Amino acid sequence: MLKVNGISTCYGNIQALKNISMEVAEGEIITLIGANGAGKTTTLMSISGVVPPWQGEILFLGRPIHTMSPDKIVALGISHVPEGRHIFPYLTVAENLDMGAYLRSDTENIKKDMAYIWELFPILSERRRQQGGTLSGGEQQMLAISRALMARPRLLLLDEPSLGLAPLIVKQIFEIIKKINIESNTTIFLVEQNANMALKIAHRGYVMENGVITMADSSRNLLSDDAVKKAYLGL
Amino acid sequence: MEYFLELFMGGLIRGSIYALIALGYTMVYGIIELINFAHGEIYMIGAFTALIVASVLAVMGVHQLAILAIAMLAAIVYSSAYGFTVEKIAYKPLRHAPRLSPLISAIGMSIFLQNYVLLAQTSDFLPFPSLIPDFKFLEPYSSILRPTELVILLTTGVVMLLLTLLIKFTKIGKAMRATAQDRTMALLVGVNVNQVISITFVIGSALAAIGGVLIASHIGQINFFIGFIAGIKAFTAAVLGGIGSVPGAVLGSFVLGLTESFATGYVSSDYEDVFAFALLVLILIFRPGGLLGKSSTQKV
Repeated sequence: MLKVNGISTCYGNIQALKNISMEVAEGEIITLIGANGAGKTTTLMSISGVVPPWQGEILFLGRPIHTMSPDKIVALGISHVPEGRHIFPYLTVAENLDMGAYLRSDTENIKKDMAYIWELFPILSERRRQQGGTLSGGEQQMLAISRALMARPRLLLLDEPSLGLAPLIVKQIFEIIKKINIESNTTIFLVEQNANMALKIAHRGYVMENGVITMADSSRNLLSDDAVKKAYLGL
Repeated sequence: MEYFLELFMGGLIRGSIYALIALGYTMVYGIIELINFAHGEIYMIGAFTALIVASVLAVMGVHQLAILAIAMLAAIVYSSAYGFTVEKIAYKPLRHAPRLSPLISAIGMSIFLQNYVLLAQTSDFLPFPSLIPDFKFLEPYSSILRPTELVILLTTGVVMLLLTLLIKFTKIGKAMRATAQDRTMALLVGVNVNQVISITFVIGSALAAIGGVLIASHIGQINFFIGFIAGIKAFTAAVLGGIGSVPGAVLGSFVLGLTESFATGYVSSDYEDVFAFALLVLILIFRPGGLLGKSSTQKV
């Protein structure tokens, strides 16, 4: 479904990604783990077109997307939940969801999808008229994921959904991610520092260090790999 | 009492015009954090366009109200085209440059447009025809409210209402707010940010054009320099209310307009600007973000 072929990306003068290649198949949950500053966020930014790569190519459903603008990429079916959630702070919860459906015009289905979100996250439904910036961290993460779902993505890019959240909330968020993957057959590309949780729900994983992919394997193998255990699982 | 009312109405009129211009400053600042110093010139160009169109139509013997409508429409279209083009030429190429660069570009644009009109038209004050008819029913109150003033107040009210509805309820309005609050995220939900920025310039320019035509018709003369003074005052009003805030720009404009009017009336017209800027300084000391400016604390 998604094919990343040897991309290199720069942030200013710093080369953040060096010749990265990866592949995501339809219906999969794959995870990209690595330390802070390894280039995980840049990888997602390159895919969603915010920081276009200066070398290599990215194919989505066989079409090159690395030269497209972000809005075209969203229209093709890739939604990106960025690190730090990026809720529109002065829009209400409902308006934040409206923005998620910005490129859609099928009003009836948008209403249905919103009803589905209220069902999935009753707490958001209670707060639908509240400004996004007033929500707690966990609620904001739920809203950020919901907003991305409002675009009916085929591929969902999630950047550090567990960041700064209480363990109980993290567990809940990961269950929802799994549910989204199974129920609506949405492919998920998960970037996480919480390698343990991520590898438990993912089918496959990539390990990134200093802008380079150092390992690619099934989650099960990665979980039992000694180097991964030592570096990322704290065992 | 009648003197007070007269000054009060005068303040409202000034405030209305400031508001129509200040909205352009504040909306542009809200979205790209740029003080568009060429905005006053857009207002001036609106007034000139209306003058040219109205002169031609008057020679052709068109009805006064029709002249007003057509001249206003022409000013809106022409000024919007200027606003759109200025953004594309002077600001868009500098979108990722350090913040000082587009600011200098804006000042350059302002000087360029002033001199362009100076050369293309004249440096003299030109008489501006009164496009607004005399309403019979207003005659008994003529010392307090003149017909042009009534039209200015009504037009400003309607325009503000429409703008509020646009920003609050339409898709493009939501996209404008979203872009102002978090541009990266707006990109990620599929907003064409360049388009939103262009539309913001067009709306701001259209409002400035309306202000330009109304005030020119009220005062009765224009020259190439009117945009500079009005622009600085409207910019002050926008800062007073909290730059980036739409209701703030309107409130700041009325506060500034009323302050100037009362200072002129009760103290001396020489001190009009002194009072206006003293007020600005005071408010910025006690509320650095302006009257309705948003506090910078928000949950991450």
